[in-house]
Amino acid sequence: MAKIVSAKEAVDLIKDNATVMIGGFLSCGTPDKLIDELVEKNIKNLTMISNDTSVPNTDKGKLIANKQVKKLITSHIGTNPETGKQMASGEIEVELTPMGTLMERIRAKGAGLGGILTPTGIGTTIQEGKDIVEVKGKKYIFEQPIDADFALIYGTKADKYGNVTYCGTTRNCNTVMATAADTVIVQADEIVDCLDPNEVIIPGLFIDYIVLNTDNQG
Amino acid sequence: MMELLTKEKIREIIAKRAAKEFKDGDVVTLGIGLPTEVTKYVPKSYNIMFQSENGVLGVGKNQDKDNIDPRVINAGGGYVKTVKGACFYDSQMAFILMRGGHIDATVLGALQVDEEGNLANWSIPGKFTPGMGGAMDLVVGAKKVIVVMEHTSKGEIKIVKKCNLPLTASKEVNLIITEKCVFRVIPETSETKGGLLLEEINPMFSIDDIKRTTGADFIVAENLLKMEI
Repeated sequence: MAKIVSAKEAVDLIKDNATVMIGGFLSCGTPDKLIDELVEKNIKNLTMISNDTSVPNTDKGKLIANKQVKKLITSHIGTNPETGKQMASGEIEVELTPMGTLMERIRAKGAGLGGILTPTGIGTTIQEGKDIVEVKGKKYIFEQPIDADFALIYGTKADKYGNVTYCGTTRNCNTVMATAADTVIVQADEIVDCLDPNEVIIPGLFIDYIVLNTDNQG
Repeated sequence: MMELLTKEKIREIIAKRAAKEFKDGDVVTLGIGLPTEVTKYVPKSYNIMFQSENGVLGVGKNQDKDNIDPRVINAGGGYVKTVKGACFYDSQMAFILMRGGHIDATVLGALQVDEEGNLANWSIPGKFTPGMGGAMDLVVGAKKVIVVMEHTSKGEIKIVKKCNLPLTASKEVNLIITEKCVFRVIPETSETKGGLLLEEINPMFSIDDIKRTTGADFIVAENLLKMEI
């Protein structure tokens, strides 16, 4: 069963130099309280894997502003000029990956696959240094799995068994990240005793720790 | 001599023309900026489902400012409503839709597009690299790729012989719509050379105007049509 802990207890597990996946699309479905703890603890030299870096000084953007990220694997930094600045000055190593490729590389790890073949990026700089595989006359890029020490994800509702469900567009990359990291921490708006099995979007077995977002109470 | 078009009029001409590419029942993904204006000109009787890569099929209007639900956004980060029949899903499913050939049409902007249908819209080396987000997957996977943009940018030619900016995708563009004209990209085959076909022209401009402001060669269609302006 997943353990219910405080944000501080959960984030205490994360040390300098960790590789951390962070869920969310911009601020939607982003585990902001867990990020606040990472900032508070000032954990350094993180490798961060996320869809984007949000906007300046907001959730994922705080880790950038506080210079806690040494390497970033992401699909879009256009909403946060600070990331672009640190990329240009060499402070952050940024690996820009097409969003669909990023998601499939994470899924490959979670699904136990040795990589994926994607047509995305053929004929562009994305294919440089990668193997090209032809299947039935069509070219594909071989892309490797991505793993992480931790996944910090958001959930609208979690139950004591770790099952998680979502409202709206908050699920985004949270679901796939839950499958691919050694330790998975979910920040939930609400914790219930037991979700209806029909509602469950992430099966509980993936979740190690549940943190209640106390801002949402009352 | 060409008349001066306002920015608003330019956007209207382009968006109106792009909307004509949709069929009733299409699933469409729009880029950010000008492409989103296309929604204004879709016939009311059409049931078009707009897809957004953050995980929603059936994007509707913007939410009311005094009653925001931050749990529902579009790919631009705007708070949106959903239409009847809409559904939410995760990023995995979003890219199954987009890369897997399940999107009927996409409309997106460009920094450059060339006569082979190569598209550059994600990076200017040394200057500006927002990242590609979902654009590379979308352009590779969508059944029809429509580029909408001003014909030139501050006098700089955007429709070129060969893109020199980093590509978003190779040979995937089908149609280029600007305020001056519509080009179809004819793919090269063993029988035809391929290249740009001028299919429609804004009557405010001459073919010479188009030639002067286009970096690629093109063929003029036998039945060259007039764009609605």
